[in-house]
Amino acid sequence: MFTPEELTAVALSLKVAVAAALASLPLGVATAWVLARRDFPGKSLLDALVHLPLVLPPVVVGYALLVAFGHGGAAGRFLAEHFGISIAFRWTGAALASAIMGFPLMVRAVRLAIESVDRRLEQAAATLGASPLRVFLTVTLPLAWPGLVAGTVLAFAKALGEFGATITFVSSIPGETRTLSSEIYGLMQTPGGEAGIWRLAIVAVAISLAALLASEWLVRRQRHAERD
Amino acid sequence: MLEIDIHLRRGRFERDVRISGEARVLALTGPSGAGKTSVLNAIAGLVRPVSGRIAIDGRTLFDSAARIDVPTHRRRIGYVFQDARLFPHRDVRGNLRYGRHGTGRGTDAFSLEAVVELLGIGGLLARRPANLSGGEAQRVAIGRALLSQPAILLFDEPLSALDQARREELIPWLQKVRDEVRLPMVYVSHTQDDVRRIAEAVHVLD
Repeated sequence: MFTPEELTAVALSLKVAVAAALASLPLGVATAWVLARRDFPGKSLLDALVHLPLVLPPVVVGYALLVAFGHGGAAGRFLAEHFGISIAFRWTGAALASAIMGFPLMVRAVRLAIESVDRRLEQAAATLGASPLRVFLTVTLPLAWPGLVAGTVLAFAKALGEFGATITFVSSIPGETRTLSSEIYGLMQTPGGEAGIWRLAIVAVAISLAALLASEWLVRRQRHAERD
Repeated sequence: MLEIDIHLRRGRFERDVRISGEARVLALTGPSGAGKTSVLNAIAGLVRPVSGRIAIDGRTLFDSAARIDVPTHRRRIGYVFQDARLFPHRDVRGNLRYGRHGTGRGTDAFSLEAVVELLGIGGLLARRPANLSGGEAQRVAIGRALLSQPAILLFDEPLSALDQARREELIPWLQKVRDEVRLPMVYVSHTQDDVRRIAEAVHVLD
């Protein structure tokens, strides 16, 4: 049914999307919390920076990553010298590019969830002796949990479909960086590739839909548990 | 003993509050908008006074001149809010156990068993806050505050969200806590009736 190349591309896309969503979660939650709960000079600037990937041409993000993490780039040289790793033209680079493109979506979802947590509960926790970190871990986070799920799923779905930044940064190397989107794009350049395009398009729809339904189910189950 | 001498400002609202006295159970009363809750919040560290000093039994919690402002979580305040504020994602037992100041080694003033017994909430331990009546939720909130091993108890109109029948039900529990728990208490209310039934001394904010 599928060609080996198509299967490889689907598996790679899943790997890249899962890595991108999970790796951006800690920073996404921290950023969302700062935007939801703290006031400081430069907050609007941080908010704008977080949203930048949403409005910037993806190819610009990809090019910036290439300049920074390529062999001549400062970040690339730092990683090579101190950790002996290179992410340019690797699947990890694809994950980084998709994580950045999905970051605004994740932060928005988590921020909304944190803002909807009743601050009076956080105050109550503080009067009971909980430090700000413990308030966050034991009150804010559990109550904002549905937003974390939603944010992770959005970041995953966005990463699954990311194309522009990824192909600019890490190109389209079969088995390493040729994701589902790149594979479809490749097939479009190939005579007789239509059948493959359709097969992959259906897979993309199926995975995205499954992710959205799974997150909805998880959130429902959590709400149900709170009522008992 | 509670000593307060503070200047409060919230928006256009501004006032000086000076409270000191030997009464262990003090009622804070006055019309709505007089800043009763703001005083409790200042004691708890949820509102920062412009200037002044707050101390409990000689322990300074806030002193603008000495630049002391103990963070809320280190003040050892047992705060019972108007709306109970139980954690919806924890059952009653989880709420009771949330407090941090206990050592759990038998040296605490209040043990879980004693508090459960004092407030008659043994049958509620496995329930979620959503399934408690208003009066039950307030009793759990009082228990939760006691189990944080506080140095003072603050009550912010604990009866005001309840109907008359539930109030009559809760007042004896409050009196029992007052009599058996030898802690300083500040009780905010705007109804004369429960003030008379619970407090030893009254401070009127107007």
